[in-house]
Amino acid sequence: MVALPGVDPSWSTYIDVPSSSAADAPGTSHRWHYLDNGLGRDGTGSAKGTLLCVHGNPTWSYLWRSYLAAGLEAGWRVIAVDQLDMGYSERTGAFRRLEHRITDLEDFVGAVGLPGPVVTVGHDWGGVVSLGYANRNRDDLAGVILTNTAIHQNPDRPIPAPLRLALAPGVHGLGTRTSTAFLDVTLSLARPALDRDVRRAFRDPYRTAAARQGIANFVSDIPADASHPSYGALTTTAEGIRSLDVPVLMMWGPHDPIFSDPYLEDLARRMPHADIHRFERAGHLVQEDADTASTAMEWLGIRSIGVAGSETVRDSARQDVQQDPRRSFQQDTAYLPLGARIPELAAGSAGTTTAVAELTAAGTRTLSWRELDDDIRAVAGGLTALGVGAGSRVSLLVPPGVDLTVLIYACLRIGAVIVVADAGLGARGLSRAVKGSAPDVVIGIERALLAARAFGWPGRRISVAPLSPARRTALRVEASLNDLRAARPTDPPAAAPDADADAAILFTSGSTGPAKGVVYTHRQLSAMRDAVETTLGLGPGAALVAGFAPFALLGPALGATSVTPDMDVTAPGTLTAQALADAAAAIDATVVFASPAALRNVLATSADVTAPGRAALGRISLLLSAGAPVPVPLLDALQDLVPSAVLHTPYGMTESLLVADIDLTGIHAAAAASGLEGAGNGVCVGRPVPGARAAVSPLDGTGAATGEPTTAPGVTGEILVDAPHVKDRYFRLWRTQQESSRTPPWHRTGDVGHFDAEGRLWVEGRLGHVVTAAGGVLTPVGLEQALEELDGVHLAAVVGVGPVGTQAVVAVLQTETAGRRPRLADPPLAAAARAAARDRGVDLAAILAVPALPVDIRHNAKIDRTRVAAWSSRFLSGGRAGSL
Amino acid sequence: MTVLVTGASGMLGRTVAEHLLAGGSPVRCFQRRPSGIDGVEELLGSIGDAGAVTAAVQGCDAVIHLAAKVSFTGTPAEFDRTNVEGTRLLLDAAQDAGATDVVYVSSPSVAHDGTSLVGAPAGPAEPEYARGHYARTKAAAELLALARSTPEFRVAAVRPHIVWGPGDTQLVERVIERARRGRLPLLDGGTALIDTTYVDNAASAIVACLHRMQAAQGQAFVVTNGEPRPIAELLDGICRSGGVQPPAWSVPGALARSAGAVIERAWLALGRAEEPPMTRFLAEQLSTAHWFDQRHTRAVLDWQPSVSIEEGLERLAAHYRG
Repeated sequence: MVALPGVDPSWSTYIDVPSSSAADAPGTSHRWHYLDNGLGRDGTGSAKGTLLCVHGNPTWSYLWRSYLAAGLEAGWRVIAVDQLDMGYSERTGAFRRLEHRITDLEDFVGAVGLPGPVVTVGHDWGGVVSLGYANRNRDDLAGVILTNTAIHQNPDRPIPAPLRLALAPGVHGLGTRTSTAFLDVTLSLARPALDRDVRRAFRDPYRTAAARQGIANFVSDIPADASHPSYGALTTTAEGIRSLDVPVLMMWGPHDPIFSDPYLEDLARRMPHADIHRFERAGHLVQEDADTASTAMEWLGIRSIGVAGSETVRDSARQDVQQDPRRSFQQDTAYLPLGARIPELAAGSAGTTTAVAELTAAGTRTLSWRELDDDIRAVAGGLTALGVGAGSRVSLLVPPGVDLTVLIYACLRIGAVIVVADAGLGARGLSRAVKGSAPDVVIGIERALLAARAFGWPGRRISVAPLSPARRTALRVEASLNDLRAARPTDPPAAAPDADADAAILFTSGSTGPAKGVVYTHRQLSAMRDAVETTLGLGPGAALVAGFAPFALLGPALGATSVTPDMDVTAPGTLTAQALADAAAAIDATVVFASPAALRNVLATSADVTAPGRAALGRISLLLSAGAPVPVPLLDALQDLVPSAVLHTPYGMTESLLVADIDLTGIHAAAAASGLEGAGNGVCVGRPVPGARAAVSPLDGTGAATGEPTTAPGVTGEILVDAPHVKDRYFRLWRTQQESSRTPPWHRTGDVGHFDAEGRLWVEGRLGHVVTAAGGVLTPVGLEQALEELDGVHLAAVVGVGPVGTQAVVAVLQTETAGRRPRLADPPLAAAARAAARDRGVDLAAILAVPALPVDIRHNAKIDRTRVAAWSSRFLSGGRAGSL
Repeated sequence: MTVLVTGASGMLGRTVAEHLLAGGSPVRCFQRRPSGIDGVEELLGSIGDAGAVTAAVQGCDAVIHLAAKVSFTGTPAEFDRTNVEGTRLLLDAAQDAGATDVVYVSSPSVAHDGTSLVGAPAGPAEPEYARGHYARTKAAAELLALARSTPEFRVAAVRPHIVWGPGDTQLVERVIERARRGRLPLLDGGTALIDTTYVDNAASAIVACLHRMQAAQGQAFVVTNGEPRPIAELLDGICRSGGVQPPAWSVPGALARSAGAVIERAWLALGRAEEPPMTRFLAEQLSTAHWFDQRHTRAVLDWQPSVSIEEGLERLAAHYRG
């Protein structure tokens, strides 16, 4: 083997292995090539165990080079084989089927003599071979790691198109053996593209057609249906692994034309205790696209796999999946299901009063508590009749309103897990979220069903609106919401779901990277309701305008009447003052929930409100705005529109909707407390809400939050929260979850801030946006606020360029006078900005004027500072910067 | 402690001498033309003259070596003679005379290959990659100087980046003069971020180095104001201080770099003595980011700049107002 990037030449090893495979005549021996990091081999150091890595088709052990290196660091012997007929192992001349390959691997292990415990690691069809080995060799088995593979082909679904093509007569031999097409296409799947040297290394053992026979045979051995000779071996393994009791880690690159999310879902159902991490941007060659090796090593450590500790893990692996035992909030607290008040109110004297209402251009639709309860029961029954039940994931692509309310509470009643992603993510982001959540059922409006077809979303489909038969067929829709209502199942209603079972997956806004799925249990959803009720005093009798989705959905849970105003929910900025007033008037509302973007438009259109509209707004006693920072001048202006209302701006995130709360009076009081220790530098979000605790983990000089949690005034750090209504975990983001929960019982929010001496929390920005200048770390929000007070500045972003620890601080200003192209700010503005920064002890290296800063779609307020920083860095290096 | 300062007729050498005097050190200056500094002992001579150099170092405890050929024109041999051989002569003489400390004043260009530098560390001097004979010979001299450092004969290098101040003929007066004639373009809009050093800060850093030789010996330190700025902003400030209109036109940096290379060759071929209007090195300096990580320098030298860019520009304006 020639010198290859990332491979220590001493790792390359050959061994002659006697074959016991039925593919060979008795007495046959084969020469295997493998990579071995050698840890503990000659009594040098002691390994915790061995990772046995098995590549797929058409790669070779080179794929695992990062694991060999990472294993040396983490104390693991790592052995990566070249399967026979592949890589630098012998070309045997025999057609080796799955059954033979599992036996081959056993022969190899027997000859090399792996020191246990053993963790199998597989990719692609090597995943199948490694699982076959694991299934049959459980004594030494301590863990299983899988990457982009599949163990089962659903007979009802066609095999992936690229494989169909590769298997087609006339294409197969030409594509896999005669030419390097199959090899080249596979290597081209890397995201980003492979370096030339690496690509050459992958191709190296497959230079001739004869050397590629193994590639061709591997493709032929894919059991597309039950008549295939390898179907039996595959099925034995696929069923056998259901009883594997070792920890399992699956790492996936979802951008894979072959082993896409449905195959991950299949494996997850066979081994429900598996830890799963999807590297959202990665593809088939996930080892090349993402840092899976260090994730694997971290996992081995956290799951205590290997010598000293493997015994205890085996017993607990299946139990500690759903619930982190370190959580401070115990399960024995009283629990009232989220929707429990609906049947109570339906049965009581208020049963005929309005529960939910929805205003649209077509008119007003209302349901009383009794009607709501009946409808939920009917829809729940219809879903049950379709086979949807406890643990089913139901993706709801329905705008806020009566139907969505009914569907949510129907799903929760039967234990189905609701998946809610915001259309504000955009088509692509939404599609990523839906696919990643692997729904069993997609329930949507027609637009969503069209997207489901266009993007190939998994799951059965249910339409909210009745469709024509032709339309139903075209969109593969099984039933409409009305069909569900009419099903009238004979089965008894489903039992109440377990309080600690998954209830909901809510997607983050994705303003900083791909949206993440956040899992809540039923108990945690109920705790969220209780937090809102206690903090804001909302309960039965309240009437609220639901202009902001997460809170709005809690109306029926609180026992409050709720109304959805007439607006395009994908664009909160479309809510007009009149639409808000109409909604308020419809139910005599006392409470309004709305996002800052919606409120901006309300204010902009407030001159057009009719007199009755003004009267309705005059009756509002509580207005809440959440989801993004709300500028104080906006709140002051709003106060004139809702003169009787107390204005609250609760602080939270998808992972914990309520962390702290403050009202406008409190904001002004905090702003006036300039002499108080810790007051200033950021957005004051008030004190933690009842039942929640907050702290900060102080930043070190590199901007990392490494300090012990504290509430000392004036100390800046990552904001931590602990509350009964904090998320359970992230969905299929094992590493992200580890990171966010690494200091139990806290959830690490990724926001930075500090407390003042009176216990108020001030938010200073995102952890990832902290600037590390030579003079110390700098959080962006405080300085941005100061810059936004300068004449002509609409919006400011403060970012760092250059290496961590010695960054230059740059202010990027969205100004009234900025031309079409970004440029250096005019000297007077630059001087004013510098003076403002100097007052805060900051030296601004450059001040740039731009026509627009990139902000998130959902709130139109959160600046993408990561992008601004990358662009600024190019702009200030000379040459072309491209567009911001 | 008597300190020899070579090249004290330039702006930086003079300021270093003044800082040493203010700190109470007797100062001897050595250069070809009179420095005119009050309170120093003055010896005139060439750095290439072994006899003169030997005389200059007699009785000195320390040496700050600034003398160098900095112009653009000249044969490679001339640069070598002054910058490399001169340094070697001086080091030999200083060691023979019993001096214990030498600060070699260098330039960040000794480690600059023309690509942009963003928060960069000092980096080793690389004569083979340096741009032009000045940078090449300064790099070679720095390498040989630092190689001589021992605990008994301590040598350190200080590389101030783009030194400017009142009386500066290298940068300030050229900028003002060209702007006055409308011949000062910005390259790529002047957005590249660059570090500069106000002359008093460069001088105080050099003196600080002399006081921290135990920790500093054998190392090279880039010294700057630690306030990187877009080049357009710096040129703007200098022009305004000099009472002229700042540049308002921009040319693409790539064009200027290739034009600079052509002009450079033509200038040399024509044997012109004055500085050319544009060189490749200058075009690179004006169109690529180059700013530095100052943490190591400040920690080892136990030094902070005392004059900000803003204050420096005010002093410059006062100088031009007379």
